Amino acid sequence: MSRIFIAIAVMALTTYIIRMVPFAFVRKKIKNRFIQSVLYYIPYAVLSAMTIPSIFYATQDLPSAIAGTVVAVVLAYFGCPLIVVALSASAAAYLAMLLLPLILQ
Amino acid sequence: MHLFRRGMRDGISIALGYLSVSFSFGILSVQSGLTVWQAVLISLTNLTSAGQVAGVGLIAAHASMLELFLAEVVINIRYALMSLVLSQKADSSFRLPHRFLASFGITDEIFAVASIQKEPVKPLYMYGLTFVPFCGWALGTWLGAAAGTILPVQATNALGIALYGMFLAIILPPARKSRAIFAVISIAAVISILWHYFAKWMSGGFAMILAALAASVIGAILFPVPDTDETAKEAQT
Repeated sequence: MSRIFIAIAVMALTTYIIRMVPFAFVRKKIKNRFIQSVLYYIPYAVLSAMTIPSIFYATQDLPSAIAGTVVAVVLAYFGCPLIVVALSASAAAYLAMLLLPLILQ
Repeated sequence: MHLFRRGMRDGISIALGYLSVSFSFGILSVQSGLTVWQAVLISLTNLTSAGQVAGVGLIAAHASMLELFLAEVVINIRYALMSLVLSQKADSSFRLPHRFLASFGITDEIFAVASIQKEPVKPLYMYGLTFVPFCGWALGTWLGAAAGTILPVQATNALGIALYGMFLAIILPPARKSRAIFAVISIAAVISILWHYFAKWMSGGFAMILAALAASVIGAILFPVPDTDETAKEAQT
């Protein structure tokens, strides 16, 4: 029983320290232009690598994931707000899950 | 308070995505022999997906604390890099106590939204941005652990794509305007696909950060930014 709580504490502390140390203790602005450039591109690259190819597995069913992705790409391309894109993608995936089996029958 | 609310608003899509991911984590935890409240406690104290899933697997396998520690380090080391990026993005009002508190909320998604802000990030915004996903993460875990098998699967599965929809909404508009950003996200996507299909042994979080780092280094070589602030403004307007 207590073994589980010690394990949870080990997980939580390890995860927290990794997140905390650079944020708390790197206070200087980095001046090196190359490192600045890398740090500038990282968020975009992280988001892209997180999304692709995972988005195609996000609904546990490829056709609905493709439907959601197409809707998301179109709305995002035209600059719709984040929450609109997110919910429309979900709605499209949900509709595809309900309707595609009926159409393909 | 205005900043806190803006953070909460930006956190809603993240929370929706978290709801479905943590839902499956809750189901998994109970299947691995944890109680509902142990599962919720893990989500409240860890706030990370891959690290929690691996941790629960190791707990169920009666692994040693050293193994657990090493697994968490390898899976979560990417957060150190994100934490470093955010340290450069933090407003001067980010005193040390704020940094101790706010760093708890550095997840892939919260990091991404915070680091793409136009202005330096202030503590209240960061707290709002963390608070809603944090609640979604805990609530989803509880729902999954307590009632995972009686809720409609299709609805939670459909919510799983919300998060990725939001990511596309973040990166596509700046990619339309900046050739450099377009190149970086394309390279990251290609490398990520290659990892996914040809290096299956790599854990998801690790593969993701390696793809992102490689793409960012290539971007930095091909398109060095003249002045971070100027370029950032250009991409956002």
